Amino acid sequence: MPYDEALERFEPVLGLETHVELGTESKMFCGCSTTFGAPPNTHVCPVCLALPGSLPVANAKAIESTIRIGLALNCSIAEWCRFARKNYFYPDMPKNYQISQYDEPLCTEGYLDVQVEGKTVRVEIERVHLEEDTGKSTHVGGATGRIQGADYSIVDYNRAGIPLVEIVTKPVEGTDRLAPEVARAYVTELRELLRSLGVSDVRMEEGSLRCDVNVSLMPRGSSEWGTRTETKNVNSLRSVERAVRGEIERQAAILADGGRIIQETRHFHEDSGATTSGRSKEEAQDYRYFPEPDLVPIAPDPAWVATLKAELPELPSVRRARLQAEWGVSDLDMAAMHNAGAIELVEATVAAGAPAADARKWWMGELARRANETGTALADLPITPGDVAKVTELVSSGALNDKLARQVLEGVLAGEGTPEAVVESRGLRIVNDEGELSAIIDQVLADNADAADKVRSGKIAAVGALVGGVMKASRGKADAGRARELILEKLGVEG
Amino acid sequence: MSLVHKTAAELGRLVASREASAVEVTQAHLDRIAEVDSKVTAFLHVDAERALAQARTVDERIARGDKLGPLAGVPIAHKDVFTTEDMPTTAGSKILEGWRPPYDATVTRRLREAGLIILGKTNLDEFAMGSSTENSAYGPSHNPWDLSRVPGGSSGGSSAAVASYQAPLSTGTDTGGSIRQPAAVTGIVGMKPTYGGSSRYGLIAFASSLDTPGPFARNVLDAALLQEAFSGHDEFDSTSIDAPVPPVVEAARQADVAGLRIGVVKEFGGEGYQPGVLARFHETVDLLESLGAKVVEVSCPTFGYALPAYYLIAPSECSSNLARFDAMRYGLRVGDDGTRSAEEVMALTRAAGFGPEVKRRIMLGTYALSSGYYDAYYGQAQKVRTLISRDFEAAFHQVDVLISPTTPTTAFPIGERADDPMAMYLADLCTIPSNLAGNAAISVPCGLADEDGLPVGLQIMAPVLGDDRCYRVGAAVEKAYADRWGGPLLSKAPAL
Repeated sequence: MPYDEALERFEPVLGLETHVELGTESKMFCGCSTTFGAPPNTHVCPVCLALPGSLPVANAKAIESTIRIGLALNCSIAEWCRFARKNYFYPDMPKNYQISQYDEPLCTEGYLDVQVEGKTVRVEIERVHLEEDTGKSTHVGGATGRIQGADYSIVDYNRAGIPLVEIVTKPVEGTDRLAPEVARAYVTELRELLRSLGVSDVRMEEGSLRCDVNVSLMPRGSSEWGTRTETKNVNSLRSVERAVRGEIERQAAILADGGRIIQETRHFHEDSGATTSGRSKEEAQDYRYFPEPDLVPIAPDPAWVATLKAELPELPSVRRARLQAEWGVSDLDMAAMHNAGAIELVEATVAAGAPAADARKWWMGELARRANETGTALADLPITPGDVAKVTELVSSGALNDKLARQVLEGVLAGEGTPEAVVESRGLRIVNDEGELSAIIDQVLADNADAADKVRSGKIAAVGALVGGVMKASRGKADAGRARELILEKLGVEG
Repeated sequence: MSLVHKTAAELGRLVASREASAVEVTQAHLDRIAEVDSKVTAFLHVDAERALAQARTVDERIARGDKLGPLAGVPIAHKDVFTTEDMPTTAGSKILEGWRPPYDATVTRRLREAGLIILGKTNLDEFAMGSSTENSAYGPSHNPWDLSRVPGGSSGGSSAAVASYQAPLSTGTDTGGSIRQPAAVTGIVGMKPTYGGSSRYGLIAFASSLDTPGPFARNVLDAALLQEAFSGHDEFDSTSIDAPVPPVVEAARQADVAGLRIGVVKEFGGEGYQPGVLARFHETVDLLESLGAKVVEVSCPTFGYALPAYYLIAPSECSSNLARFDAMRYGLRVGDDGTRSAEEVMALTRAAGFGPEVKRRIMLGTYALSSGYYDAYYGQAQKVRTLISRDFEAAFHQVDVLISPTTPTTAFPIGERADDPMAMYLADLCTIPSNLAGNAAISVPCGLADEDGLPVGLQIMAPVLGDDRCYRVGAAVEKAYADRWGGPLLSKAPAL
C-alpha cells in the first residue's frame, strides 16, 4: 500500500534495539583481541571457545563504557546487578548460552532527544545492558545464504565474546508520518553520541553498530497496539528509514485486506529494500534465563559513577546548541548542516580562522554541491577545513573574489595542491595593478562608446555593462568594485 | 615403613633433605599402582613416564639448591575433572573420551608449581554427578576396605587412591559432598574449603555456584599442606576470593580444642542413620568434651530442606553448563555423515555421550529453569539457600564449629543404590548445607561401625573463610583417636 494511504489509515508505533560492539582492546570475558578482520578463528582462547573448565572474567573497561553510555542517555545506573545466562543452542555460540543481562540491566529509564524537521522528538530508553557477541556463521550453498537450504556452514569465533551493548527504546508513539525519519534520526544521533564517547567505532557496514527495527500499526483512532515485527540486518542509516517505511507499507496492506500480522523476525535486503520472513516468534522461545553463577555481581561505586558522569565529554546535541549560538544560525540552517554532516567541518574551518558565516557558505554551498554531484560525503571530499579557511582569508583580504575562490576550490579538489598553489599555478589573483586595470578600462570604454555616453548622461545603471566588460577582459581577475570606481572617475561622474 | 605408607609431609621432608629422591618416591607409588589398581581401579589414566620426568626435575632443582615448597617431590592423584595439558581429561564421560585440553587448570598449574608429581587422573562419577563412582562411563572404583563396596563419590577414584596407598594425596571437587563423603567411607581426611577459596578455572563445571576443589589425604596436616599449595585468589576465576588463605597448616599443627564451642546439629541424626555411624559420632562428641571443648546442641531448622533445594539448583546450573558439549568444537561427534543438520548431530551426540544420571539432571534443571516454573523451583530453591546461610550464621554466633556425621551410612555395596537415585542422593544429606552456604567443612575418620567394620566420618563445619577451624578440630580428634587406637584408622584396613 502506498505510504501516504497507509498513514491515513494507520498509526505506526516504533521500537529500536541497537547493538553496539564496544571498542575495548580485549573481549568481554577473556583477553583475546577484538580487532576486526583477522583470519578466522585466530582471536580465540579456551574461554571464548567455551572449552570445558574455562571461566569468564568480566572486562572492567566494558562495564565502564556501558555505564558511560547509560549516563549519556540520561539513564539511572544500577547500584547492584548481575549478568544472566540466556540459554539456547546455536553453533556460533560456543557455550550454547549467551552471557547477557536479563531483569537486572546496568542502565534503565533514560531518553535521547532527536530533531526531525525542526521538531524535537524525545525517544525514551528502556534499558542499556551489556552482553557478549556470538561467533559469525557463514552458510555455504543454497540460494539465500541462510542456514535453511545451505550445503554446509562454517563458523568464525573471532567475534564470539566481543562486548556488545544493547540499547532498547521504549515504544515510540506519535511520530505519525515521520516514523521513518525519527528512526533514522535516532540512530544517527545515537551513533554520534557513541562516537563522542569514544566507546565504539560505530561502523554499521562492519556490524559494530547493528539495529533491529520494530514496527507495529494501529488503526487510526485506536489506542491498542498492533502485533509487531522485528526487522534485522538493517545496516545503514538509509536502510533504517527504508525498513520502517517498507514495513509500514507491508503491514498496512495486510491489515487493509483483513489479514493478520505475524509476530516474527524479518530480514532486510539492502538491494531491494524489501524484508522477508525469518524466524517466527509466535511460540516464544524459552531462554531459561538465570543469574550467571560464574561471575560476581556488578556493584558500581556511586562515587565512581558520579565521576564518570562529570567526566562525560560534551554530548553532540549540547555541542550543536552551543555552536548554533556561537555561529548565530537558524534552527533550519543548523539542521541542514547536521544532515549534511557539515558541523565538524564548519567547526574545524572556524577553528582554522574563518568566520563562521563564510565557512558555512562554502561547505553548504559550493562544496555541498560538488559532494552531491560526485556522490561522496562532504567529509570525504579531498579538501581540508584548513584549505577552506585559507580561501575565505584570500577573499576577505581582497586577493580573490567569490568567482575566483570557486576556481581555487575546484583546483584543490582536482588535486592541484593548496589554495595558494592553485592561485599561483592558475594565475587567479585579482588584478590590483592600477595601471593594468586602467589600461583595460580605457580599452573597454573605447569599445563601448554607447554605454559610456549613457553613463556620462546620468544613467549610472549602465555602468554595470562596463564593469562586466572589464571583468570579461580581465578573465575575472579584476576587482569589480575598484573597476567601477575608476570607470566613474574616468567618465567624470559622481558614484 | 615403606615409602608409600609415609605421610606427604614426611615424604616432602625426605625429598628436600635428599634422604630419598623424588624419583624413588614416585617409582614406589607407581609400583604400588601397578600392584593394586587392577583391584581398586582408582585411576582412569596413569602416566609413569611424565611422573618420573617431573620427579627428576624436582630432584635436579633440589640438587641445584632451589628452595621448593613442603610438598615438592610428593606424588599426587588428580581428579579427572581438572584440565591437564599433558594428559587426557574426561570428567568420567564418554562425551570427552580422548580429549586433551590445551590448557592446565589453575589447580593443576599450582600443583606443578609446588613440585607435586601428578601420577595420573582419577575416576569419578560422570561430570562429578553421583556418590559412588558408579556413574562413571569407565566403570566404578572400589573401596579398599571392601572391594565389593563403593569408595564414595563423586571423587571416589581420589579417595580410593589415597586409602589404598597409591598416592599420599589427591585432589577432589565437592559440589554436594563429593570430597567429604568419599573420605568418610574410605577412612581418610577430605576437606571442602570455603567456596571461592581455590580456583575453579579448568575445573569442568557441574554446578558453578557450588563446585569447590579440595584435598584428600591420610591425615589432617597433609590435607592442610595440599590445600595451602593450590588455594588462593585466581584472576581467571572472578568468584575466587581475593583474601589470604586461612592459616590451615598452623591450625592443623595446633590440634587442640580447649575452650572451643562446638555445636552438634540437632537435625542430623536419628531415623535413616546407621546405628554404628551414630555410635561413633556420639563417642566423638564425648571425646571432644573430654578434650576441653564446650559442646552444645544447635538447631538448624532449614537444613532439612537443603537436599531438595540442592537438587533444583545443581541440576539447573548443570543443564546450562553442559550445553557446550555439542560436538562442534571438541569431544565426541555422532552421526556427522554429511546428511544431517548440526542440530541433529548435536542431539545424537548428546544422546550417545551422556550417561543416564547426567541426562536426568539436565532434564531436571531444564525443567526447573523453564518459564512458568522458574519461580516455583529455581527461585524457591534460592530462597531456601538464603535461609540455610542464615541458619549457619545464627549457629556460628553461638559456636565456633558445627559437627555431624559426614554420611548417614558407611560405604554401601556396589549396585545397591545404582537404580535408586533418591537413596543415592541421601548419601549427601549432611554435607549439602555447607555447599549451599559456601562455608568450610571437613571429614575426618572417627572409627569403624560395629555392624560392618567400615569407616565412619566426622564432619566439622566452620564459617566462610574459617577453614582453619576445621583443621584445628580435625587434628585434635585425629590425635586423640590415634592415641586411643595406637595409630591411624587406616592401619586397620585389610591388606589388598
